[in-house]
Amino acid sequence: MSHYFDIIIRSIFLENLPLSFFLGMCTFMAISKQVKSAIGLGAAVLVIQVITVPINNLILTYVLKPGALAWAGQPDLDLSFLGLLTYIAIIAAVVQILEMFLDRFIPTLYNTLGIFLPLLTVNCAIFGGTLFMVERDYTFGESIAYGFGSGAGFFLAVVCLGGIRERLEYADPPAGLKGLGLTFISVGLMAIAFMGLAGMEM
Amino acid sequence: MAETKMELISRSIFERNPIALLVLGICSALATTGQMTTAFVMSICVTLVVAFSSMTISIVRYQIPNSVRIGLQIMVIATLVIIVDQILKAYFFGLSKQLSIYVGLIITNCIVMGRAEGFAMSNPPISSFFDGIGNGLGYGFILMSVAFVRELLGSGSIFGHVILPLSTNDGWYIRNGMLVLPASAFFLIALLIWLLRTMDPKQQEKD
Repeated sequence: MSHYFDIIIRSIFLENLPLSFFLGMCTFMAISKQVKSAIGLGAAVLVIQVITVPINNLILTYVLKPGALAWAGQPDLDLSFLGLLTYIAIIAAVVQILEMFLDRFIPTLYNTLGIFLPLLTVNCAIFGGTLFMVERDYTFGESIAYGFGSGAGFFLAVVCLGGIRERLEYADPPAGLKGLGLTFISVGLMAIAFMGLAGMEM
Repeated sequence: MAETKMELISRSIFERNPIALLVLGICSALATTGQMTTAFVMSICVTLVVAFSSMTISIVRYQIPNSVRIGLQIMVIATLVIIVDQILKAYFFGLSKQLSIYVGLIITNCIVMGRAEGFAMSNPPISSFFDGIGNGLGYGFILMSVAFVRELLGSGSIFGHVILPLSTNDGWYIRNGMLVLPASAFFLIALLIWLLRTMDPKQQEKD
């Protein structure tokens, strides 16, 4: 059990997707002007991450890995070169289905997450989560833990940045630094703060 | 076309740099800037993918139905990235291990999609190709400048050659440990944006 907790804690703080791997920066920067929209984006990333990482793990184990197709009578087949294309297609499909599902059955949630869902199809954080799962050879259980941890890490980082940027409205920086430049500096400081938790182990 | 091929290339490097101005594609950009070598390889990969995906999409732009164009663009890009990834794995295995997931992440790099959607869908193949090269080089320019500072001051070397002998190896240079951390890339990008926007006040953000 503590092994799974270790994966979750690591992926939230130490291996935070935006802060230490720069993944999902585009949306991270664009939709963090206010805490409210930041919460919506963070929640959407969390939900998609928890769904797509385990699904891609199943696809990898039962379709793509060398010898994975043994159940279909093709033990020599190695489809791992098709990985990138498959994962992105799976992510796009999951996002689309999730959007239709929420729209039909949980309209309140759809109103909060809806506008962010299409954005996340080609988000590096979502895709990066899957690629890390592949590279680190996670099992199915570990991939659920990793999906949750990395999504929660993104949520935490984007909500914190939203809070900081709301306050930064009142700052008076040099003209050239206004907006984007100042945001980058705050993100850098946040990254250092998250690094401070290094060495924490379960 | 009013713009010549040289203009198509040069305007994307300075005036309309995709990273500094449009905040596109920083996702995968910064993580490879710890060393000049990885940054250089990454720039080449991205330039090739942008140029060829723009060209391919531009060739078939009249055949693509409007409703499924994003999906088709991703398929073209993903195929090109798989080719690049397989070439790296076959001939430069060490480098491809160092770049780890970031080659794959070129698929979700907003520059590639952005150029396909914004330029290649409405322009002929040849100028799309050069527009792609220009954007790739603009991306590479930022990547290499950040990597230059980070590797020189953080590890005392350039492309792996020792320039400033480190104090840990009986040299005189005490390395700046912060520049090895990912956080330093954020500060360097911020300074770069500040510099570009001070030189060209048109790009500053208004209230």
